[in-house]
Amino acid sequence: MAVTRGFTGRPRPERDPRLPPGQYDAGDDWPVLHVELVPDLPPEAWSFAVDGLVATPRTWTWDEAQALPRSTYSGAIHCVTTWSKLDMTWVGVSVDLLLEQAGGVRPGATHVLVHSHTGYTTNLPLADVTDGQAWLAFEVDGAPLEPIHGGPARLLVPHLYFWKSAKWVSRIEVLDHDQRGYWEDGGYHDRGDPWREQRYHGD
Amino acid sequence: MAPDRSPWFTGTVEAVHVETARAKTFTLRLPEPLGHRAGQHVVLRLTAPDGYSAARSYSVASPPTGEPTIDLTVERLEEGEVSTFLHDVAEPGDELELRGPIGTRFAWDPSDGPALLVGGGSGVVPVMSMLRLARAERRTDLVRLVAAARTPADLLYAAELPGPEVTIAYSRAAGPDGRPAGRLAADDLAPSVAPGQRTFICGSSGFCEAAGRLLVGLGVDAHTITVERFGPTT
Repeated sequence: MAVTRGFTGRPRPERDPRLPPGQYDAGDDWPVLHVELVPDLPPEAWSFAVDGLVATPRTWTWDEAQALPRSTYSGAIHCVTTWSKLDMTWVGVSVDLLLEQAGGVRPGATHVLVHSHTGYTTNLPLADVTDGQAWLAFEVDGAPLEPIHGGPARLLVPHLYFWKSAKWVSRIEVLDHDQRGYWEDGGYHDRGDPWREQRYHGD
Repeated sequence: MAPDRSPWFTGTVEAVHVETARAKTFTLRLPEPLGHRAGQHVVLRLTAPDGYSAARSYSVASPPTGEPTIDLTVERLEEGEVSTFLHDVAEPGDELELRGPIGTRFAWDPSDGPALLVGGGSGVVPVMSMLRLARAERRTDLVRLVAAARTPADLLYAAELPGPEVTIAYSRAAGPDGRPAGRLAADDLAPSVAPGQRTFICGSSGFCEAAGRLLVGLGVDAHTITVERFGPTT
C-alpha cells in the first residue's frame, strides 16, 4: 500500500480486537445497502425452500418455519463497505437443522447458491453454512427483523461479509459446484472472509 | 484465478472541479482506460503513514470513452474520513489507489435498450454517466432522467444536466418550470415512464425506496428496477 500524501485518517486510539482489518465500528448505525426495493412479504406470501442436492427437497410456510426450534448468535457482523456492528443478538433456525429436515445433503454437495424473494443471489461454500455457522434469522436484538434489514427473514452468516447474509431469503440451493451470485458476479469475492479481507476477486 | 499482480492501481489527480458547496469532481489519470460500463463504481483507498487505510466506493461520473481518465464526484460528508480528505487535502498531482470497475447490474449502455434513470442528491452521479454515454452516442431517445435535489444550488452538473430528456425536481425550492418545492412525486416520474424500460434508481436509502414505490404505483414491474443506495457509510 502506497502512503497517501496528507492522509492520517480518523483517530484510532485503541483498536477493538473484534474488528477485522479495514473495518470500523458503526455503533448504533445500521447502514442499508441492498440493491432492490424492499419487497412486501406478508406471511401468506412468504416461503422458504431447501433444494438441489438434498435427499428430500422441501418448502416451509411461514407458520411451519416459525414452529422450528431456534438458536441464538451473539456477536458481530461485518459489511464489506467497512462498517461492523458489535454485540448483536440474532435468533433464528440453524441451517444445519434446515438441511437435516431436507434429508441431508447428497454426495458431491460442495456449495450453496442462496436466493432471495427479490431475485438477489449469493454463493457460499457448504462448509460455511454448516456446523452452527449460519441461520435463517427472524429476530435481532429482541425484536422481529425489520423489512429494511431483510425481514421477515434473512440468512445470517456472521463470520463472512454481510452481503452473504441474503435479505428476504427464499431458498438455499445445494450444488456440486460454485456458482456466482449477484455481487460475486460483479467483482466481489466468492468466500468473503473479513479476517482475510476477502472483499473482491483476487483478495 | 487470482491475478498475478495487485488489483490496485494508481490514479493521479489531474483536476479538481467544484460542483456545488458540498461536491467536487476529481479527474483522475489512470495507467490505462478503466474499461467500465456507465453506472459502475470504483473503490478508492487512502493509506496513512502508519499503515492504516480507509477505502470507500465511488461511482464513476464519466462515461466510458477509451481514454485513461475518469471523473469521480464526491460529496463531502462531515464525518467522512475519505471524503473530507478528498475535499480538504487532495490536489492535482496527488496519487490515489483505486480498484475496479465493480458492479454488474447497475450498469447500462445503449445496446441494453430504453432506460429510466432516477437520481437523488449525489445519486445523480452514476446515472449521469449513463446520460453522458447516451448523449455521446446520440441515443438520448433511449433515456429519460429524473433528478432530485434540495435546491438549484445543490444540483450536480447543473449546467450540463438539463435537456429535453431530463426532469428536475427540487424538494425545497420552486423550479424554473414553475414546479413548486416538494418531494419527488408520481407526477414528476409519470411522463418519463415508458414500456420496455429498465429503471435505475440511485440515492439515499429513503429516496430509493420512495422513488421505487412511486414507480411501482405507476405500473412499473419491481423486477425491472435496480437500486443503488448511498448509505451513511462514511
